[in-house]
Amino acid sequence: MGEAEIIDFGSRGQASRGRRRSGRIPESQGTPTPGDEAPGFESEEVPQTPALGALFSELARLASRSLQSLRSVPVTQLSDLAADPLHTLASLAQTLGVDWEDSLDETVTFIRKRLRGDYAIDEFGFDPEFTTKIFLPLLRRLADSWFRVEVRGAENLPADGSALLVSNHAGTLPIDGMILHTVVYDEIGRHVRMLGADLIFKTPYSHDLARKTGSTLACQEDAERLLASNQLVAVFPEGFKGLGKPYADRYKLQRFGRGGFVSAALRAQVPIIPTAIVGSEEIFPLIARAPGLARLLGLPYFPITPLFPWLGPVGMIPLPSKWIIQFGEAIPTDELGSGAADDPMIVFNITDQVRETIQQTLYALLMQRRSAFF
Amino acid sequence: MATKRVVLVTGVSRDLGARFARSLATDKDVEVVGLDVIPPRHDLGAADFVRADIRNPVIAKVIAARGVDTVVHLAMVATPDSAGGRSSMKEINVIGTMQLLAACQRAESFRKLVVQSSISVYGASPRDPVKFTEDMSARAQPRTGFGKDSLEIESYVRGLARRRPDVVVTTLRLANLMGAGVDSHVTRYLSLPVVPRVMGFDARLQFLHPSDAVDALLLVTRRDVQGTFNVAATDVVTLSQALRKMGRPTVGVPKAAAPLVATLIRQAHLVDFSADQIDALTYGRGMDTSRFTSQTGFVPRFTSLAALQEFVGISELGLLSPERVDSALEAAARVLRTAAARDG
Repeated sequence: MGEAEIIDFGSRGQASRGRRRSGRIPESQGTPTPGDEAPGFESEEVPQTPALGALFSELARLASRSLQSLRSVPVTQLSDLAADPLHTLASLAQTLGVDWEDSLDETVTFIRKRLRGDYAIDEFGFDPEFTTKIFLPLLRRLADSWFRVEVRGAENLPADGSALLVSNHAGTLPIDGMILHTVVYDEIGRHVRMLGADLIFKTPYSHDLARKTGSTLACQEDAERLLASNQLVAVFPEGFKGLGKPYADRYKLQRFGRGGFVSAALRAQVPIIPTAIVGSEEIFPLIARAPGLARLLGLPYFPITPLFPWLGPVGMIPLPSKWIIQFGEAIPTDELGSGAADDPMIVFNITDQVRETIQQTLYALLMQRRSAFF
Repeated sequence: MATKRVVLVTGVSRDLGARFARSLATDKDVEVVGLDVIPPRHDLGAADFVRADIRNPVIAKVIAARGVDTVVHLAMVATPDSAGGRSSMKEINVIGTMQLLAACQRAESFRKLVVQSSISVYGASPRDPVKFTEDMSARAQPRTGFGKDSLEIESYVRGLARRRPDVVVTTLRLANLMGAGVDSHVTRYLSLPVVPRVMGFDARLQFLHPSDAVDALLLVTRRDVQGTFNVAATDVVTLSQALRKMGRPTVGVPKAAAPLVATLIRQAHLVDFSADQIDALTYGRGMDTSRFTSQTGFVPRFTSLAALQEFVGISELGLLSPERVDSALEAAARVLRTAAARDG
């Protein structure tokens, strides 16, 4: 178990005290440049990820790059847009090769169907039409242009039949789940059905969105119902412990619940696919959790990041970290027999195996990633 | 002549009870005795009507005099106003059932009990599984209203089953009825001109068409099927879909203010809610019906969507009826088309 002595910089005690970063040990200072991190690390050791200060100097470089590209914005077209927005939009569509008339008809038909309630949902409240036509296209932009997600091991995703994806969970808000849904859909054309905490279903709008996009409550009954109906199910066993862990603990897997996900997979005899997501930790670096305020609001934690809540809504824009998602080789469960789910020893062993696989994959990916943002 | 079966049906002055009694009475070998405190508004066909109150011990005399062997208990009240207040509702539901069961227990001829229960026994909360099976219990026990009454009714029914093991006891947990002519808190709610709904939640609604409800009740009355069963259409529709099909504009109400708004609506005599029904219209709930289907082969003829469509078909469409939506969309499309045409 290598994770006991992991984080070698950014002491946790300081993070909650404020934003003083003087007492940092030297190895975390300079911005990691390409190539300076890969050598010198044993595979057992924990790879280096940028500490908060370094994270922000990298971010500044990224911002200056984007500012440079902004100079080439056509100013005349912008003034046209203000004068006659509809006309400009139409001509813009034409230059982009979009048939204005056709897409207009399509949109009208789509909106009509939605407003009439003529769409199908399944017993979980999953609305495939909304998900593929509205939700995923928006997230696809985020995944492709903002996070520049790189997918590895897509061949490990099954084209049919049930499987349980088990992934690490990080980033203050469950954006990793939505991105996972997007990339899996784009790779194999199947929707991933997420299992979420009850807070998601207690909170207005989040309840609505979660059900519409195919999530359901993480409970044994629903997991088994999904796995029995040939679905690809994803679960984040760390839950809020992983989502709301301080930035100092990044990429350090938290406890994996009570292994409920493993017994569900064993009972349904479906393979478990360990999934490692790199990049989600940096989108909202959590420096404090304000437990008092969280209790007041009935939340598991109240996120305080270097930008939130100080900058208000701007602070809610995720930082454009570089993401890598690796799907590991499936761990088969069918040869263990149906009684295995009731044997706690088998359940614990498989839980550990899945956890170790994800942790090691995370370390390996972190070593290969050049920097948090590029 | 072989002895005729005598079936006592309670609650026949209401829609479901009347339809059931009428259908059952078409069978020549069955004598149907319909019971209620008010005369039936619907035709009971070949069934006899007896005016009696199940809350009164006189019910035992009816059972003995007629030699009743089967009791079908449908006299449940789901909403307070229809009974004349919550305390009266509770009395009809709980005390009525107790009296009826007490009378049954002593009757020599009594062989079978069929009780209508409801999806309400499962409560509604954000911690619910997506579909309840009969073995699951509510994650948030209903503490008020119809849900609590239904739970108490079921516990008395279980008590009777323990004391009279020779009796076949069947409890059917019915989903909300939906279809043409159904008058319930759900249909009235959907028919409000502007519908207040809890913001940010889209409840999953599972319905049962009255004709399917009658069929299910007939099936368990004619055959012996012991146990508790969920009866509903297998699919669900969302509250948004239902409201859009009804063409109803909605007003968002924060969750915390929902009970207050519900009280106001009740006091204006627009829709009659019992407190636990708001949660069901917020989080939604569903029942797994596979046990009933596998044991009896019963498959509902109407899906939830078809039942809803039938109701929409006879309802007056609201402000956002499909025609209006279409013409508004057409107008918007025309404006956008001219914008493109100017390009040429």
